[in-house]
Amino acid sequence: MGRKLLLTHDHVEGIQGYAAYRANGGYRSVEKALKKMTPDEVVEEVKKSGLRGRGGAGFPTGMKWSFLAKPEGVPRYLVCNADESEPGTFKDRYLMERIPHILIEGMITSSYALGANTSYIYIRGEYFYVARILENAIAEAYANGWLGKNILGTGYNLDLYVQVGGGAYICGEETALLESLEGKRGNPRIKPPFPAVAGLYGCPTVVNNVETIAAVVPIVNDGGDEYAKIGIGRSTGTKLISASGNINKPGVYEIELGVPVEEFIFSDEYCGGIANGKRMKACVPGGSSVPILPDYLVCKTAAGEDRLMTYESLSDGGFVSGSMLGSGGFIVYDEHQCIVRNTWNFSRFYHHESCGQCSPCREGTGWMERVLHRLEKGEGHMSDIDLLVDVAKKIEGNTICPLGDAAAWPVAAAIRHFRHEFEYHVLHPDKIKDPKHGYREPIMPVKPEPVTA
Amino acid sequence: MSLLKVTIDGKTIEVEPGTTILQAARQIGPDVAPPAMCYYTKLKTSGGYCRTCLVKVTKGSEKDPRPMPKLVASCRTTVMDGMEVQNYSSEEVVEARKGVVEFLLINHPLDCPICDQAGECHLQDLSYENGRSKSRYEFKRRTFEKIDIGEKIQLHMTRCILCYRCVKVADQLTPGRVHGVINRGEVAEISTYIQNAVDNEFSGNMIDVCPVGALTDKTFRFKSRVWFLKPVDAHRDCDQCSGKAVVWKYGNEIYRVTGRKDQWGEVDEWICNTCRFEKKSPSDWVEEGPRKINRHSVISQNHYGSKTRFVASPESLPQKQLS
Ligand SMILES: Cc1cc2nc3c(=O)[nH]c(=O)nc-3n(C[C@H](O)[C@H](O)[C@H](O)COP(=O)(O)O)c2cc1C
Ligand code: SF4
Ligand code: SF4
Ligand code: FES
Repeated sequence: MGRKLLLTHDHVEGIQGYAAYRANGGYRSVEKALKKMTPDEVVEEVKKSGLRGRGGAGFPTGMKWSFLAKPEGVPRYLVCNADESEPGTFKDRYLMERIPHILIEGMITSSYALGANTSYIYIRGEYFYVARILENAIAEAYANGWLGKNILGTGYNLDLYVQVGGGAYICGEETALLESLEGKRGNPRIKPPFPAVAGLYGCPTVVNNVETIAAVVPIVNDGGDEYAKIGIGRSTGTKLISASGNINKPGVYEIELGVPVEEFIFSDEYCGGIANGKRMKACVPGGSSVPILPDYLVCKTAAGEDRLMTYESLSDGGFVSGSMLGSGGFIVYDEHQCIVRNTWNFSRFYHHESCGQCSPCREGTGWMERVLHRLEKGEGHMSDIDLLVDVAKKIEGNTICPLGDAAAWPVAAAIRHFRHEFEYHVLHPDKIKDPKHGYREPIMPVKPEPVTA
Repeated sequence: MSLLKVTIDGKTIEVEPGTTILQAARQIGPDVAPPAMCYYTKLKTSGGYCRTCLVKVTKGSEKDPRPMPKLVASCRTTVMDGMEVQNYSSEEVVEARKGVVEFLLINHPLDCPICDQAGECHLQDLSYENGRSKSRYEFKRRTFEKIDIGEKIQLHMTRCILCYRCVKVADQLTPGRVHGVINRGEVAEISTYIQNAVDNEFSGNMIDVCPVGALTDKTFRFKSRVWFLKPVDAHRDCDQCSGKAVVWKYGNEIYRVTGRKDQWGEVDEWICNTCRFEKKSPSDWVEEGPRKINRHSVISQNHYGSKTRFVASPESLPQKQLS
């Protein structure tokens, strides 16, 4: 069994409430930080832990915190990103629903470290019921003296608010989130300046994912060095993975970073293998934005090494033969799934969610979606495939925020690894028009022959 | 204050700190200046949206010579000392820009022959100079109904490229903003909360900043093609604005009034709605002389087939457009 740091008590009766949470060691990190540590010492522990942002990009959290500007007389803010809207990702929801106090505790300890006296949790509109859970937890924390004025008699003040978003994926992008939090249209800002210098209301701000903030709790409790002992290389600690698709046991798992992908998919401790005794066809390991991998690149890298659940190993091979850990939205496809249809589905999402500020993303996402839809219906042309590759290339890297890349990568990767399946859609429109076509005749990925000189 | 050295397409210039790459390139001259569809010098926070001004920074600065990993929007990236930039000299930039132009055109109606902006449309120029000749887009284009924004301005969203310039005009020039962007992505549109609500003295400047034919002057619409008109610098005593404008005449009749645009298509000074919409009699204006206008457009210049990227005469360049 792997060690758990966040979900240790997720099955304890009443853990949603304050009493059970506290009885199981809750709020120790606040006591320790506020009474025994300076804010800088907390930052130092987080640096030592090697914790990397769990929102998708994997940026080292300690480093992000130390970049926060600290001009005299200007408030600083900590904002928790609970917008979780990436298709395939539902780990933050589980954590907040199950153990809301761990997020509140992490927010207090982290706010103290950053010198913030007002902090926000920005949660997606569709999670309104989770917002209620959080608000209850916050009320309990106030009632027990963990929030408000002069916390634990240390003179530290903190107010914590939950803000519910309007239900747009783009508000998960940190600067769009800040705009939305300020009550404006959720358009990503043009950077620089970065939030660390000019964030919420123009003040220095740190935006962190729910899981990142929760991980601060065990880091402060046990020390950064202890946390860093788990994992491999620069992938330290544990990670929540939301596993879905054609597996026997979909759900949220806390893994030690470094677990082999093969073990994660096939062992009974985790996903329990492919459902209904079928073969695995493909896997999207980090949420809809990351490149899809064909079966032969899921458990092994192109060099034939075991692929591990780490930032480095999942991206081994770059965009040619690798993918990314991303947000931990792990989607598995069996042999009967249609990759063209899946790619179209993803691109429909990005088309719908583009904010429309910059031309490549606004126009390109719709274009890709329409071409993919045509292919998916069996009405495409051979030239559509290269057209898609080209449009994706023209979006990638040329936009204001990474949503453009997130829309382009899945399309480019699907065509890179499953081109013959796209071609099949053009060549056999009669078969494709049957909505169950994937079931009648599985189209498995074709492993390219090794190139010999 | 020490000046910063920047080299763009092999040409070096020294500029004040805070200057963007785009401004520096304009100071060097039209041969290296990237096209800009959304940036507008006089509008704060403009730029960054259209992505036509993308350039490649091959050397970040003297201190940190690393190249920038992605192409950057030159209108929103400030110059560092020793920076080296490629614009037209980079294949990557030219390709990316071609992509941007294609994106801007896929939902554009391309009905220039019946559009009022023809002859002074920046999108026409842009696509002529930087685009590919044939669109690969085969789907239905997005269309909208025309709406009136107040009595004098018409909005035809079908032609809009969402450059946000008119939104900035509404934000920055007019009190009590009632105009903005609704919806998102491909169906985002410029709108007013109540269709007729844009009613204040400076709203007409939206027409001048609009790079395409989305916002047009209802007092002029379809009265004439711009290239049949003679632009004349003129001024009048106005208690609301500088009163410095261009009157567009046919014979002795004034067909329309606009701001005075510089070499880059940006107005020197904003004008009020009274000057723009109400003062159409020759006796309202003191004429200063014909305006040598860089009318930009390929149509007005009959430049189809020529390679000329830029057609302004040096006298027409305003002296202080970058201050
Ligand atoms: C389009 C888009 C959507 C995003 N959505 C989320 C999200 O729902 N939750 C999240 O934590 N980060 C999201 N991010 C990443 C955030 O911008 C930001 O990097 C993250 O919140 C930083 O937190 P971390 O350092 O703790 O990972 C998104 C980014 C983009 C570009
Ligand atoms: S990349 Fe897309 S989502 Fe991001 S700013 Fe541009 S249009 Fe908006
Ligand atoms: S109406 Fe004109 S100025 Fe306004 S956003 Fe559209 S193109 Fe730009
Ligand atoms: S002019 Fe720079 S992005 Fe539009």
